[in-house]
Amino acid sequence: MPRNNLTAAPVPAAICLEQVDKWYGEFGQQVHALDVTDLEVLQGEFVVLLGPSGCGKTTLLRMIGGLIAPSHGRLRVMERDLWKGKTRQSDAVADLGVVFQDANLFPWLTVGQNITLPLELRGAPKDDCLARVRELASLVGIAGFEQRWPRELSGGMRQRAAIARALSYDPDILLMDEPFGALDAMTRDAMNIELQTLWIKTAKTIVLVTHSISEAVFLADRVILLSPRPGRIDTVVNIPFARPRLLDTQTTTEFQSIVRDLRHRLDEIS
Amino acid sequence: MKGVNHVSKQIGALVKTRDYKAYLPWITTPGLCLLIVAIWWAYVTLSGISAFILPAPGAVWDAWIELLGSRRAWASAFLTAYATLLGFFWAVLIGVGLGMVIARVRWLEQTLTPFIVASQVLPKVALVPLFIVWFGFGITSKVLIAAILAFFPILTNTVLGVKSIDQGHRDVMISLNATRWQVFRRLELQSALPYIITGMEVGIVLALIGSIVGEYLGGDLGLGHLLVGKMNAFETDGLFAVMIHMTILGFLFYFAISALRRIFVPWHGSAGSGDAH
Ligand SMILES: Nc1ncnc2c1ncn2[C@@H]1O[C@H](COP(=O)(O)OP(=O)(O)OP(=O)(O)O)[C@@H](O)[C@H]1O
Ligand SMILES: [Mg+2]
Repeated sequence: MPRNNLTAAPVPAAICLEQVDKWYGEFGQQVHALDVTDLEVLQGEFVVLLGPSGCGKTTLLRMIGGLIAPSHGRLRVMERDLWKGKTRQSDAVADLGVVFQDANLFPWLTVGQNITLPLELRGAPKDDCLARVRELASLVGIAGFEQRWPRELSGGMRQRAAIARALSYDPDILLMDEPFGALDAMTRDAMNIELQTLWIKTAKTIVLVTHSISEAVFLADRVILLSPRPGRIDTVVNIPFARPRLLDTQTTTEFQSIVRDLRHRLDEIS
Repeated sequence: MKGVNHVSKQIGALVKTRDYKAYLPWITTPGLCLLIVAIWWAYVTLSGISAFILPAPGAVWDAWIELLGSRRAWASAFLTAYATLLGFFWAVLIGVGLGMVIARVRWLEQTLTPFIVASQVLPKVALVPLFIVWFGFGITSKVLIAAILAFFPILTNTVLGVKSIDQGHRDVMISLNATRWQVFRRLELQSALPYIITGMEVGIVLALIGSIVGEYLGGDLGLGHLLVGKMNAFETDGLFAVMIHMTILGFLFYFAISALRRIFVPWHGSAGSGDAH
């Protein structure tokens, strides 16, 4: 649940999908990637998409991110239509920050330049960029590597640089596609804690895709379980634990029982 | 170890994995050259072959030194270099520009490809007499030949470069709301640059060939003209000397482009190793 669910005023939706579905490919050999879906993500909410491989998580996230157009239906971000016909509305995209499944750093820019690329594209002054780079690099734990080429970093460090890049322009909504998939378990736990802290501090809306059930339950206000062929929302689970959650939260029986239920359901649908 | 790393960075990441491997050419190359000259010298001395067919290394050396003292030879070298660079400049301008457009506009690529291929299978050297008829014995015909020879590898490499841009990188630019110009300037150009420079490395050498062949037939100056003059005068040692000039010029051009690689794409794996393609 959103943290401010106790206040009287209704929380406005950050992301709103109405009757959205997605077909890939030409006529004759089309793939139904996502069945007709309704979904609302409230402002400040942390939603995690969970599901077996190929169930349309990336597809859903890329549609929200404005990278692919839905086949049908209406998609709104911060009350603004993301698509008019097949044209992306750039003012709606401006609120979004995307962390891709691959880091996708530009190899011709140093790590620091990669992180501030969004600011430069927005015409921010050089000094601001420099100041921001240090702050962000230490936030994601790659301080001291700003002058290196991306190829000189490990996969996990590159992914962290990509997160820093998405954070650099302070978007209201963060879309993250398996951002910690390349990290070892220890670093992953640490990054989960960091992400939670960041989310509590900045009140961003986050939609995150993961394969890890415990990561999903640890981070989410709401876990959305997708089932494959075609992708559709199978189960929605509200996660009640208070914030900030600690790593020890994961060892409680309530936590474990939610994880177990999700795992059983996941086994049934995949 | 730190010091070693520092030094290696400074000489253009010449030292990559093992130090001795990078320094090896500095020993083997002069060594092989000496060996070749020695065999050459031995052959000329032992077989008693006529100096018109194969002059001794010493004679070639003398002829080369003489060439270095000749104002006409210097003027020729500069003229050839000038024609080559001018032709190369146009080839880069048109090759990169057209390549950038072709790679993006499918119907244009399909329309133009037959013509581009046709212009390539035609032995372009055959155009030299025609150009001389059209543009006279001046520099224009040489520049044109140089440009046409250098154009193709630059074009094809540019197209390849733009086409190999990572879709994930494009996604990043889309999600960052980049304008078309920003996508071109910050992504497409940068991403294609290593390919373009590879095309330029091939192109500059072809441009040199073009201007020299152009000089064979026309004009009264230039290394190609000088070479034909030596042939007509039966100065075989002079012939070799001019060839040395040409080789040096070729090397200079090639290294200049390699330097561009080191300056503009230091991030790329190819930077620092001369034989990138
Ligand atoms: N560009 C595409 N063209 C055709 N089909 C596609 C394309 N992208 C995805 N699909 C199909 O759509 C379905 C959903 O893919 P998607 O990438 O969204 O899955 P996912 O849940 O992100 O999987 P994973 O967990 O492995 O990343 C799959 O069946 C896939 O084959
Ligand atoms: Mg995916």
